[in-house]
Amino acid sequence: MNENDKKAFETQLRTFVGRPIGPPMTGRDPVNEPMIRQWCDAMGETHPAYLDAKAAKGTIHGEIKAPPTMLQAWVMEGWEMHEGYDEPKNEQHRLHKFLADHGYTGVLGTNTEENYTRYLRLGEQVTAETVIAEISDEKATGRGIGYFITTRTSFVNEKGEDIGSMSFRVLRYKPPAEAASAGGGAGKDGKSAAVAAKPTRIKPPMGQDNAWWWEKVAKENVLPIQRCTGCGKLRHPPRPMCDACGSQKWDSIAASGRGTIHTFTVIHYPQFPGYDYPIVSIIVDLEEGERMASTLVECKPEQVAIGMPVELLIHTDEDGFKIPFFRPAK
Amino acid sequence: MPTTIHNEAAVAGIGQTAYSKKSGVSELSLATEAVRKAIDDAGLRPSDVDGLVTYTMDSSDEVEVARTVGIGDMTFWSKVNYGGGAAVGLVAHAAMAVATGMAKNVVVYRALNGRSGQRMGQGVSGQIISSDLIHWSWYMPFGLLTPASWIALQAKLYMEKYGATSEHLAHIAITQRMHAQNNPNAAMRGKPMTMDDYMNARMICEPLRLFDCCQEDDGGCALLITSAERAKDMKQKPAVIRAVTQASFEGQEQMTSFYREDLAALPEMELAAKIIYEQSGLGAKDIDAACLYDAFTPEILMQLEAFGFCGKGEAKDFVTADSLTLGGALPNNTHGGLLSEAYLHGVNNLAEGVRLIRGTSCNQPEGVDHVLVTSGVGVPTGAVIFGQV
Repeated sequence: MNENDKKAFETQLRTFVGRPIGPPMTGRDPVNEPMIRQWCDAMGETHPAYLDAKAAKGTIHGEIKAPPTMLQAWVMEGWEMHEGYDEPKNEQHRLHKFLADHGYTGVLGTNTEENYTRYLRLGEQVTAETVIAEISDEKATGRGIGYFITTRTSFVNEKGEDIGSMSFRVLRYKPPAEAASAGGGAGKDGKSAAVAAKPTRIKPPMGQDNAWWWEKVAKENVLPIQRCTGCGKLRHPPRPMCDACGSQKWDSIAASGRGTIHTFTVIHYPQFPGYDYPIVSIIVDLEEGERMASTLVECKPEQVAIGMPVELLIHTDEDGFKIPFFRPAK
Repeated sequence: MPTTIHNEAAVAGIGQTAYSKKSGVSELSLATEAVRKAIDDAGLRPSDVDGLVTYTMDSSDEVEVARTVGIGDMTFWSKVNYGGGAAVGLVAHAAMAVATGMAKNVVVYRALNGRSGQRMGQGVSGQIISSDLIHWSWYMPFGLLTPASWIALQAKLYMEKYGATSEHLAHIAITQRMHAQNNPNAAMRGKPMTMDDYMNARMICEPLRLFDCCQEDDGGCALLITSAERAKDMKQKPAVIRAVTQASFEGQEQMTSFYREDLAALPEMELAAKIIYEQSGLGAKDIDAACLYDAFTPEILMQLEAFGFCGKGEAKDFVTADSLTLGGALPNNTHGGLLSEAYLHGVNNLAEGVRLIRGTSCNQPEGVDHVLVTSGVGVPTGAVIFGQV
């Protein structure tokens, strides 16, 4: 974005402030016991005033009431709110899509503040009206540059009586990679805003028995295989002594890079930051006779097969780290 | 002086805490509760105990446990390495100590906040450069970070080689879930599982679905081991250690022994089988029930073959014949196992082995004379046979 584009963007952004996100929204169900029970189950709430009709009789309300912190649950949209902003259904969606379209693709809930006027009783019908209350100036944050958006919601019952209110704040930000490619990496004060580095794969801890191998990968773009200089036996993973002849002297050869898949798995879960999932994880029989663990790329998971010929590909991460991967042999 | 461990030692007490997803107490608290209960179960006092054994992975040191429980002088302690592979090793170390007079009464224990605290499978990383860490360096950068991913590589090959399918794995998971329904301590009690439940669960690391993977729990479990002679005069019916061994096979790595000729087998378990059958003079046909280590379902298939309950590649047919159920040829993990009772790193499977000998399992088969219990699969491991006095 050049300066003029940025100005136009900012002007349009400000027009959202003060807008209701849509017509007031009435909960799909009146305040009811099953929802209270499920919410209490999920939250670990065990107070009998919410759960036990007999015990609730003894309270000043004389019957089961809803936990105050459940306020928002009565008007939640359900699963459809998770469907994304491709087809915005209200002003809030439109605002988020507008920001996402301009590279602010990250979203992070930051804080919420709720006020409860009184307990909700069974049968009450909750209606919520939400307004886009504030949009901050562009801020540099640990996540990247972005805007804090505050919405304010007021909750009333079917008679229009005040029940409570909520202000909810989210950060809409440019993840650093996008910030760089969109040319918007500098904040208002001119400092680089791409503070948080993108997570990377877990690097191999480097010791005397393995660092040389990774250095060779990085500097020579090869897949090294350790070789005993006493008897010539190859060994992978590298170790400090030959198990055949006992020699502690060794050098290495560069593998041809050709091999076949001995076995594999497709890793779906859990997902660690810095890796692209699903990972096709393979054990490769190298042409030289040694075996190694690696990753198969440029291949759909459903097309991997035991016995499949593969070839070496030295992959370079965004941070410059080099790692020997494989791809289906051409 | 004994020249073999055969019939020299016995389990005289077992103790366990509640198993939960959030204990709300320290691991030391869980450890000491389990240890104290094992001592009480044997009818002894803390001051009668003079040895302790636990896992290298356990956070409660022997002397902290001793001070907390009121165990006085000790002449023997040790820690066993390699995660769940340690389970039977604990029994082996304690048995050696009591058989040789290094100690009289040894408690072995494992306690962990395995769900609310440090969970397994959160990835391996670290700063101290050890040979173990260098070993992990060959896997971590490639995303091979969890036990499920390591086992899946072996399971995939095994299944392809012998035609085992998800249905075969499901049989194991469903059978153990069924057993857990009678176990008040089981995490999965009240949650029986159908084939659809199993198949519809999400994929973790192909071919492993969610219910091919064990529980994660908080809890503690302990066994008191003494000489077979002394055990006879104690409060409970002893589970005599017919045979016990640790086993690591050529080319062994911790979870990543990918460099051997045949990845569709467990040679360390075959080694364990050979040794314990020799020590005891028993064979697969003499084993009446088992608690085979079950962090992941395919491990059961490969162990059934390693211990000779069926031939190579035949385990899939063995399990579909309901052999692992109460009425089957080899009732297995009658408490629900790691899959459906709790993941106490295998020590809870040892406790069930003892209950099966006592006749007090929640799913007690008739006529149990010999029970096989194994520890971790894919790691340096071990196996024990418990028998009647």
